[in-house]
Amino acid sequence: MSTIRIYVPGDAAALSVGADATAAAIVAEAGQRGIDVELVRNGSRGMLWLEPLVEVGSPGSRIAYGPVHSTDVPGLFAAGFHQGAAHRLCLGSAEEIPYWKNQERLTFARVGIVDPRSLADYRQFEGYRGLEAALHMTPAEIVTAVTNSGLRGRGGAAFPAGIKWNTVLGAPGDQKYVVCNADEGDSGTFSDRMLMEGDPFVLIEGMTIAGLATGATRGYIYLRWEYPQAKQTLDAAIASARSQGYLGPDILGSGREFDLEVRLGAGAYICGEETSLLESLEGKRGQVRFKPPLPALQGLFGKPTVINNVITLASVPIILARGADYYRDFGVGRSRGTLPIQLAGNIKHGGLVEKAFGLSLRELLYDFGGGSASGRPIRAVQVGGPLGAYLPESQFDTKIDYEAFAGIKGMLGHGGIVVFDERVDMAAQARYAMEFCAIESCGKCTPCRIGSTRGVEVIDRLLAANEPAKQEILLRDLCETMTHGSLCALGGLTAYPVLSALDHFREDFYRRAPAGAGAQR
Amino acid sequence: MSAAQREAVDEVCKSLAHLPGALLPILHGIQERLGFIPKESVPLIASELNLSLAEVHGVISFYHYFRTSAPGVHMVHLCRAEACQALGAAELEAHACRTLGISLHGTTADGAISLEPVYCLGNCALGPSVMLDERLIGRVTPERFDELVAAARGKS
Repeated sequence: MSTIRIYVPGDAAALSVGADATAAAIVAEAGQRGIDVELVRNGSRGMLWLEPLVEVGSPGSRIAYGPVHSTDVPGLFAAGFHQGAAHRLCLGSAEEIPYWKNQERLTFARVGIVDPRSLADYRQFEGYRGLEAALHMTPAEIVTAVTNSGLRGRGGAAFPAGIKWNTVLGAPGDQKYVVCNADEGDSGTFSDRMLMEGDPFVLIEGMTIAGLATGATRGYIYLRWEYPQAKQTLDAAIASARSQGYLGPDILGSGREFDLEVRLGAGAYICGEETSLLESLEGKRGQVRFKPPLPALQGLFGKPTVINNVITLASVPIILARGADYYRDFGVGRSRGTLPIQLAGNIKHGGLVEKAFGLSLRELLYDFGGGSASGRPIRAVQVGGPLGAYLPESQFDTKIDYEAFAGIKGMLGHGGIVVFDERVDMAAQARYAMEFCAIESCGKCTPCRIGSTRGVEVIDRLLAANEPAKQEILLRDLCETMTHGSLCALGGLTAYPVLSALDHFREDFYRRAPAGAGAQR
Repeated sequence: MSAAQREAVDEVCKSLAHLPGALLPILHGIQERLGFIPKESVPLIASELNLSLAEVHGVISFYHYFRTSAPGVHMVHLCRAEACQALGAAELEAHACRTLGISLHGTTADGAISLEPVYCLGNCALGPSVMLDERLIGRVTPERFDELVAAARGKS
């Protein structure tokens, strides 16, 4: 009897709902039945409501079952799932599930499919074609390809990657660095984590290409401590790439040098801000730096530094492998390519959807997401993390496009969408935004450091109906001061969630009658 | 600081001090070995890296993850961020504090459980999420929380 290949994701989200127990049960049950099983711990396909999503079969014809808990395993074997038999948990081919089929997976092409620790798997699925192309190009040609692809920073700021790289290329320096920002702190986002756990080689390849393009020979992945699974996967992949000549002093015999390592953050949201991250990598408090000088000119240890988000760097290999035009042909307006969008919070079908820019928020929430998990009406969504605006139903037709979101005083950020149903108290969410800013402020700018604490107090007085009209004026004034008086996005954008909640969900702030004024409202 | 702790601090410092930007790796190394960063280790670290005491203390106190007192046997990190809020994180937090008889940043009287807030564990579609030691757990209802704590206590 031939060996049967069974895939059980080793992604942290899958593990959080019991994937390890499912995997152990499969091995045990197969052993008892004398069935020869090869267990593959793939990444997650990102259909998280189906996790643990188990697949059986050979590449190209994998039958999916999910969610499979350890207690389901004996029944599945009894039904013959190892031969792809019918069962109440059977979902058919994973590739045919609409949530998957309707995506455009470029950056995430391999995530959920390959064994993330297998360099052979990576190569088999088009891996390292981008690097091979880059090795035959001049640095300026690589930078031009990235510029022409239209790729913009996926961490949130959406700055054109090619322009940043070109600055580093042109900067004089005996040592240059490539730093990957893997401090994915925005609530509602997990695409960096899924990519690092599901296809770490694509990030390594992207960073290597960035090194070739700019003359940087040393790389760091600044990873948050909250992602231990990603740390293990990255460390294993880096060791594997190094041992096979993809990293080190002589990449694939080209005479070009690049190597990298993972460094851990320590639970500071602000370290997702690029200059603060660089301070942290240097072993200091993660306090924001003034710009200029740009990190591209004086970054890590004062040297020219490419600093990009995980998804930005991981999108580079396909651009080099298939050409800038291929990537640029996806998307709309100035938002080119695809965005891995994360559906989170109170959503029925939460997970990762990679699509070309241009679809609407409504399509994501209802066609992909299936509405709220609770079955109640969706009242608000927060797009772009804790500094993103809260949007009401009337704005759900906004297109996924950087400029469209800027036009409604919001931001796409890192592509996280957090869904709240009708039970949400938007005044509490606004208060939390100020509280979060107070907890995470690095302390450099007074409006952020002190203003956030005062903001909590003003909202508390407003909610207590203590001279509410005055408090609202004060709150708006405070938000303006924070916006214009802070160096970085933390103090600068906290006004987004606060004021969007106040503007769109005003009734939540005025539930109590003013103190001593009887029932004026 | 015991002799064994001092030895661990020395070992970590010696093995990592050569790294560029070595302070965070050293602090992680010490906390991984000892569960916390003893205040008495600050002069040792400072001397190894040629930094002032204030610089080392400033870094330790800046980062939420680093702690200077011994934690309980098990560490529970409870996500307080928006995606988990949308699925009942505030109720879970209240339940956790009430049943453990502590507030956030506290340790239970029997020394079994320390409770820390965390702002996103990257499990935002399967919340509310908790990290118990290094294990991420999703869809944590109050009942499930009690089971997890009981199981952890049973093991310790």
